[in-house]
Amino acid sequence: MLLKLTLNSLYARLLTVSMTIFAISLSLMLYLSVEKLRSSAYTSFTNTISQTDLIVGSRTGSVQLLLYSIFRIGNATNNITWESYQDIIEKDEVEWAVPISLGDSHKGYRVMGTNKDFFKHYKYRGNKSLVIKDGKYFSDLYDVVLGFSVAEKLDYQINSSIIVSHGLKSFTDHDEQPFKVSGILAKTGTPVDNTIIVSLKAIEAIHVDWSSGAKIPGQITPIDEIRKMDLATSNITAILLGIDSKLKIFQFQRWINEYPEEALTAILPGVALQELWRIVGVVENILLGISFVVILTTLMGMAAIVLSSLNERRREMAIWRAMGASPKIVIGLLMLEALIISSVSIFFSTILLFILLYFLQPWIDTTYGILVTVEMFSLSDIYIFILFIFAAMFVSLIPALRAYWFSINDGMTVKI
Amino acid sequence: MNEETIHLDSVRFYWSKVADFKIYIPKLEIGRGEKVLLLGESGSGKTTLLSLICGFLSPISGDIFLNEQKLNDLKANKKDQFRSDNIGIIFQQFNLLPYANVIDNITLPLYFSKKRDSRVTNHREAALNICRSLQLSESTIAMQANKLSVGQQQRVAVARALIGNPSLIIADEPTSSLDASTQKKFLDLMFRQIEEHKSTLLMVSHDSSISNYFDRTINIKDILVREN
Repeated sequence: MLLKLTLNSLYARLLTVSMTIFAISLSLMLYLSVEKLRSSAYTSFTNTISQTDLIVGSRTGSVQLLLYSIFRIGNATNNITWESYQDIIEKDEVEWAVPISLGDSHKGYRVMGTNKDFFKHYKYRGNKSLVIKDGKYFSDLYDVVLGFSVAEKLDYQINSSIIVSHGLKSFTDHDEQPFKVSGILAKTGTPVDNTIIVSLKAIEAIHVDWSSGAKIPGQITPIDEIRKMDLATSNITAILLGIDSKLKIFQFQRWINEYPEEALTAILPGVALQELWRIVGVVENILLGISFVVILTTLMGMAAIVLSSLNERRREMAIWRAMGASPKIVIGLLMLEALIISSVSIFFSTILLFILLYFLQPWIDTTYGILVTVEMFSLSDIYIFILFIFAAMFVSLIPALRAYWFSINDGMTVKI
Repeated sequence: MNEETIHLDSVRFYWSKVADFKIYIPKLEIGRGEKVLLLGESGSGKTTLLSLICGFLSPISGDIFLNEQKLNDLKANKKDQFRSDNIGIIFQQFNLLPYANVIDNITLPLYFSKKRDSRVTNHREAALNICRSLQLSESTIAMQANKLSVGQQQRVAVARALIGNPSLIIADEPTSSLDASTQKKFLDLMFRQIEEHKSTLLMVSHDSSISNYFDRTINIKDILVREN
């Protein structure tokens, strides 16, 4: 009976109530989508590289190694000699190894030298592999494979010609040795999208006429001659390693860190990603804070709306009292209202969220490389909902207590 | 005190914040089944008196008995219970929950009073019966309360006050919002029902022309003293 009459009462104030529900639904949706984006960004971020057990570089900090080897931010302080690389990959524990050589760039995009194993072993988001969207992997010395964003932003197609620049911001180009696009990778949402991938031999080739980081004046070896050269790699920047047993990872990490021939660092990508996220994650907390404030504001708005309608409803309260309803029931009625409004709002906000995600998901994925999953709610979402309902009931205590006060003092003497 | 529905003895009341409104009722007795008209101008303390009898307000001193139950002794929630069990209230106007339909409005007191509920076997039937006796048409009964005319609303209020047979009906100027012809029809129907239910009636009005409906007319000046 009480529920039915409360529903009647809400229905009678349909416009105000639906506006309130709409406002609350929107703010809840805002919160939910921020939360969703946050967790998806986290997942995407921490899944930038997966199934790689160790990343090896020269002696440096773990975050820095991660930044330059995977995110292509900053530079390596030193290289790894090819001898060390050989030494490492000959160990029994090593299941696979991918050498990476960095240093050059093209129009702001990093050029990465590696071998074909990179395409085989680089995994992201769990077990997703790199997929070639157009063309094929490099076969010729001067073939390059472009990350999705590089091709898109610079408008390159298969067979486009590319001149690689020396270093990151340099006026010296390797212009006598142009490259040709052989393949373009599909979108991954990882830094691979912004990377230009060439073979290790190509890296050596463009540095044939260079010595100690400077071009040897007047020396230009013709391409035909370069093609005949051995082009053995002498240095690499980092190594991605797969270890045959998870149990041996720590042991092997220590072995690398204590490698006597050269000062090396081996990091666990997962741990380093977590560390890095902790630095980047401040933004997420700010977003989360803002959406909390939005929810709070809407709840206060709801309380204000109920409060302002209370004077008109004083008569209604008096009727309830005359029928024998105790002031507690009057409070209960308003709390029940808040319960219904907040529950309905939760329902609508989730529907809104699903609709929003459904339409925005592809866009977010291609633009920001964040895969937002449209899925059912996690336990923490349900906690939030319960918390929200309690918060709604709590703020509705303000008008409810006022109604209580009215209903005690008015008695039969209600001024309309 | 037997056979009395209402008994007030040396009741004194004032609002703590309103200094110039102090009332004193030396004695008021209304017998069982009696229909009493309480005459008085507005501001004479009529509504305050009704609020005291209904237990909305508590006297500063003195005793109020309703059906031999001393109201002062009851705790707030017991008072609410006692009120819903024993009193049917009709306001001047705006008696009904505007968003609820007629049946829900009428049967609402049964929800709060087990005593009254136990006297009614079928809520809907009981409500319909009283409505028919009060000449409310079937189509009216299905309507939402705020769609009714004022006259109809007041009759629904009577039906609500009577359902489940509370012993006392308190009416606060129920006819003041009605025009002369509606007023007569309303009073005729109301009194027939009250006779039938054998309820005690205490009705407040400023209109002495309706006193012929009542067993007794009390002028509020005769029972209530303003102590300013």
